[in-house]
Amino acid sequence: METLMIILTGVLVTIATYLVLSKSVIRVILGTAVYSHAAHLLIITMGGLKTGNVPILGDEDISTFVDPLPQALILTSIVISFAVTALVLVLAYRAYQTLGTDNMEELRGSKYE
Amino acid sequence: MKINNVILRTVTKISVFIILTLAVYLFFAGHNSPGGGFIAGLVLAAAFVLLFLVYDMDTIRKGIPIDFKKIAAFGAFLAVGTGFGAFVFDVPFLTQSFDYFEVPFFGEVELSTVTIFEAGVSFAVVGVVITIILSISEDV
Amino acid sequence: MNNIIVLPMALPIMLGIILIFLRPYIKTQRVITVLGLLATIGTSMYMLHWIQTDGIIRLDFGGWEPPFGILFVADSFAVILVTVASIVTLICLIYAFSSIGEKIENMYFYSFVNFLLAGVNGSFLTGDIFNLYVNFEIMLLASYVLIVLGGKRMQLRESLKYVVINIISSWFFLVAIAYLYAQLGTLNMAHISVLISESGQTPLLTVTSLVFLIVFALKSGLLLYFWLPGSYSAPPTAIAALFGGLLTKVGIYVMIRVFTLIFYHEPQITHTIIGILAGLTLVMGSIGAIAYKDIRQIVAYNVIIAVGFILVGLAVMTQEALEGAVYYLMHDMVAKSLLFLLAGTMITVTGEKRLDNMSGLIRNYPAFGWMFFIVMLSLAGVPPLSGFIGKVLVGQGAIEAGSYVLLALAFISSIFVLYSLLRIFLNSFWGETIISFDDEVPMKRGWIVSFGLLTALMFTFGIGAEYFAPYVADAANTLLNPQIYIDAVLE
Repeated sequence: METLMIILTGVLVTIATYLVLSKSVIRVILGTAVYSHAAHLLIITMGGLKTGNVPILGDEDISTFVDPLPQALILTSIVISFAVTALVLVLAYRAYQTLGTDNMEELRGSKYE
Repeated sequence: MKINNVILRTVTKISVFIILTLAVYLFFAGHNSPGGGFIAGLVLAAAFVLLFLVYDMDTIRKGIPIDFKKIAAFGAFLAVGTGFGAFVFDVPFLTQSFDYFEVPFFGEVELSTVTIFEAGVSFAVVGVVITIILSISEDV
Repeated sequence: MNNIIVLPMALPIMLGIILIFLRPYIKTQRVITVLGLLATIGTSMYMLHWIQTDGIIRLDFGGWEPPFGILFVADSFAVILVTVASIVTLICLIYAFSSIGEKIENMYFYSFVNFLLAGVNGSFLTGDIFNLYVNFEIMLLASYVLIVLGGKRMQLRESLKYVVINIISSWFFLVAIAYLYAQLGTLNMAHISVLISESGQTPLLTVTSLVFLIVFALKSGLLLYFWLPGSYSAPPTAIAALFGGLLTKVGIYVMIRVFTLIFYHEPQITHTIIGILAGLTLVMGSIGAIAYKDIRQIVAYNVIIAVGFILVGLAVMTQEALEGAVYYLMHDMVAKSLLFLLAGTMITVTGEKRLDNMSGLIRNYPAFGWMFFIVMLSLAGVPPLSGFIGKVLVGQGAIEAGSYVLLALAFISSIFVLYSLLRIFLNSFWGETIISFDDEVPMKRGWIVSFGLLTALMFTFGIGAEYFAPYVADAANTLLNPQIYIDAVLE
């Protein structure tokens, strides 16, 4: 299972890298979003994929439960990547309105401005 | 652009309340079972977004005359403010406490300071999500 | 209870939130921000004294004992930087009051400066590596907003690159944390250090440390600085000064912390690589500093040279060199903010960005010109100014460790710093004046006050080096003996 997850992470990273290297700003942003998903998948895999109960209080047998820490990390990181992606989308939209292009090539800018 | 989608409107009128109830349920389920302030906030925001989609923006603005940026700030204030309570009681920052109270009609209820923090998180999430969605979609 | 440790982070956050409600009242916002910053400076100075008597203090959030909970750890190194960062922010804000303009002030400027400071202080104080990531993100989110405030064409263009680069380096940070967690199963930095010294630093851990190195090199501009000159010359002067003074320094702080506390077992790999990167940074930064005629570019390349210089101190890892690095970090936060403020003001009063298009400024603004001269001397390392003591100590450390190449590069780069700034000074301040006395833009009082305060601070750090010596020595001592930090956290 771990091997499968790592391969999946690799596929996601490949896709994300391809997207980030393209010229359109919106593709770059989608690429960063895919990157963050790959990182989350990596964290949950690295924390160890066990079968067990949820790490929440209850009346079940609590001798086998999964490590709750990676999940907490991912929740935090999802919130952060959500905020960052939202902010970048707004930023890209404003940049498109003002600069009239979403092509990274044309955003290079002149030296003296 | 005015869309007049009868089926969507009719369904929305009912389903918005179901979504809102789900949000409240998720919020209170949060402490010892799946749920919590963050997803409750997201579900709440989804209800608002549905309203914005179905009716046009001006109608909803008139119906819900609140500044969502202020809501986000209020939520953050509540969440960080609970941390500052630690200074008053001289315990480590962000310490939580809970106790069981006898509430009439509901019986014994567990009340905890985390609920206030979670309420802050929900407000912040609703405020931020709606603000971002409105600022992208406003002038299209 | 040690709740006071959280104040340098929690107070700015709280004030930033409150200021959102006070949007229309700009005067009130200014007063609250200044008072909040003064309180932050006061508490951090108090903490610094407390550490000298009682040793490192820590705070477990929510009462969760380490290594299970998140915690803040205040040692001399962290608190010195918290203090200087808060002071620099205050002075940059004094400049901003009379320069930034009502339009930007109205766009939650003060809230975001407070959030930025909260992220910076949080990164300095935290003792948990994932919490460090979160604090980095707080700082970066605030900086993403600050860099586009005003919404000029150039700002929007440069900010997109800045944001994308930082998102990708944050992604590397997450990947590195995941690898570390897989091997050790803990996130508390002191606990990580204990586990590594028990089991030995395996090759896999060394590779993980190099992933961390990539992250911090991107954040601090160690060789991977290609994003820096563009994005630091886009925002308004006060914001650029804050960025130049604080943001790269956080990356440097974290690099020093991680490579002295956690990954110090294989210095022939990790510290050699840091040394090579620092040397290359010095060379490239020096070339950049003399290659451009746009003064904002020259100033930005000066930031890069300083990054290389401080990390020479980390690469050689002796008591003297680390003391020198701490001194130089303090000095550089102050001097770089002043340099950015001065360069920005030159552009404001002349309306030109190229140094060969302006001349004779010293006739119009004598005090301003001499302050530029002083900051130039300070950055070149002339005594009794603040740059001197740091340079001497780093040099001593490099001789002691026998790394003569780094020593040579570090001191040759000082000559390039001097040359690049002297070029600005000679071209722009001497010669025929281009501004007639009639259409001279008057220097506002807030500007002169903020320049004066920063200059005074440089003299204080230089002349009062003796007074700061015990604090800096304690900081370097803790860095060299990780056991002190570990004992304070895990006991």
